Amino acid sequence: MSHRTEGVNTERQSMIAQKMLTTNKRQKTENISGKTIAMICAGLLVIVVLSITYFIASKGLSTFFVDGVSFKEFLTHDKWDPEGEPSAYGVLPFILGSFFVTALAALIAAPLGIGAAIFMTEIFPGFGKKVLKPVIELLVGIPSVVYGYVGLTLLVPFIREQFDVLGFSLLAGGLVLALMILPTITSVAADAIEAVPQDLRNASLALGATRWQTIWNVVLHSALPGCLTAIVLGMSRAFGEALAVQMVIGNTTKLPGGLLEPISTLTSGITLNMGNTIQGTPYNNALWSMALLLLAMSFIFIVILRLLGRKRLAK
Amino acid sequence: MKKLSKMFIALTCVGALLAGCGSGNTAQTQTQTPAPAQQPAQEQSNSGSTTKTSGEPVTAVGSTALQPLVEQAAKDFMAKNAGAQIQVQGGGSGTGLSQVASGAATIGNSDIFAEEKKGIPANELVDHKVAVVGMAAAVSPQVKVDNLSKQQLIDIFTGKITNWKEVGGDDMKITLVNRPKSSGTRATFSKFALDGKEEAEGITEDSSGTVRKIIAETPGAIGYLALSYFNDSVKALKLDGVEANAENIATNKYPVWAYEHMYTKGEATGDAKAFLDFILTDEVQKKTVTELGFLPITDMKVERDAEGKVTQK
Repeated sequence: MSHRTEGVNTERQSMIAQKMLTTNKRQKTENISGKTIAMICAGLLVIVVLSITYFIASKGLSTFFVDGVSFKEFLTHDKWDPEGEPSAYGVLPFILGSFFVTALAALIAAPLGIGAAIFMTEIFPGFGKKVLKPVIELLVGIPSVVYGYVGLTLLVPFIREQFDVLGFSLLAGGLVLALMILPTITSVAADAIEAVPQDLRNASLALGATRWQTIWNVVLHSALPGCLTAIVLGMSRAFGEALAVQMVIGNTTKLPGGLLEPISTLTSGITLNMGNTIQGTPYNNALWSMALLLLAMSFIFIVILRLLGRKRLAK
Repeated sequence: MKKLSKMFIALTCVGALLAGCGSGNTAQTQTQTPAPAQQPAQEQSNSGSTTKTSGEPVTAVGSTALQPLVEQAAKDFMAKNAGAQIQVQGGGSGTGLSQVASGAATIGNSDIFAEEKKGIPANELVDHKVAVVGMAAAVSPQVKVDNLSKQQLIDIFTGKITNWKEVGGDDMKITLVNRPKSSGTRATFSKFALDGKEEAEGITEDSSGTVRKIIAETPGAIGYLALSYFNDSVKALKLDGVEANAENIATNKYPVWAYEHMYTKGEATGDAKAFLDFILTDEVQKKTVTELGFLPITDMKVERDAEGKVTQK
């Protein structure tokens, strides 16, 4: 009897062992196939990013190596006339236009966005989360062409009547962009402020600090890297925006002369001319060089974001 | 509710598929394998239209100004010739010319001569002029000036004259509205209205609709538009006392006009040739071309080459 049970037991054991072995095998193949799929996806992504960079770089650099435009002239001259005789390839007006309009947008949107973030998280959290946050997120979903058209129809005539100028201006571009990047800044800053540990607030209040002192010295101070991240994210969006800006800045290719003067940006220069130029001509290549500049700027923005992120982690 | 909407989507998909199959089938029976019994009937139906279609897809890419005309003509052509496939895309004259030169498109639509663009092998391309477009200086109706001499117009666009009172209007600052440097409209206007003089910097917009909006809303603004874009909100100026209309353009009395070109690489063949011939028929020239604000190429009494030399027809 005991012998028989023993036999059954060993049989059962071997069966279990076999079953475990087979599942292991299946798990193994699943593991391998899963890994390969994930790796193919990651590899594809890397290849796409690299090939886009390579493509833009090869087109953009041929302005300097094939067409013989000097790098210094490209970056520092203010005369842009690629079809003239002699042709001139100074993109300084576009570069300065892009920087000024981005800086103006950040100057307007940063205080507003961080202020709204403080209101949403510290002062009126219930209303902020239920009403303000969804409303601000709604702003993200509005297509940029709508912002541009509203700017063209309302903002430009408003500026024209108020200041007795053309209306198409750096100011109009800055205001439209500020509205566009406000939601980005607000929601990222709000997340950063929310992540500040409650203990810090309690300790500050227990030490006798007022609510304002706590927000200003403790909460904002600890959330500073996060708030900076929010601003840089907003700026990188503003720098790359083409359509909304193009509709309200006037696209006059000259050095920015003031808040109320028309300007052009790198993006508007590209979109206005790309369809009309012939591939492979110096004019077309110069536009690619401008695209390369935009790409380089977005890399710089990403590096800044990484550095800010590291700073936050170190804390 | 969810189920219902899912079912609806599925149904539309199936419907679209069936429709696709249906048209594909008819095209096949008509072009490739006509059954003996059907042949006489088919010959009869074909005798009405200009040519037999090969069914090869034809792509026409380029000028956005010409696009509405080509689209309408393609629609009419395909309605007449079952099996013909003509796709029309925008992208700009430069795109059209480079696409047709590289062989990516069958037809390249352009507002300017291929010879005028650097980097295009113009000798490989065959020009088909399909229509004429007139252009005029445009101002808002508030501006009291109706006529400018050519010299006045040049002085305004080169920035020498900056106030309307200098040309007999009210005391109002002049604002220039330009096209991008690479634009075909700008090239034409600068060549024939400004004698090739370099324009001063001003507001720059690409689309005719936006240019019209800006001219209409900005006091004292001046720009230029194709004749088809004029409406009550903007006013066309006479040039040297000559009005920009079909009659004056046909005789070149009013010189600011351009051909609309459809280029092919080498001589056009097959459906592309049939389509280009169709556009030159009276049916398209007298109806679609005029309706869309162009001038029929067949009405022109003069001819102009790429260098701008005008000869009587």
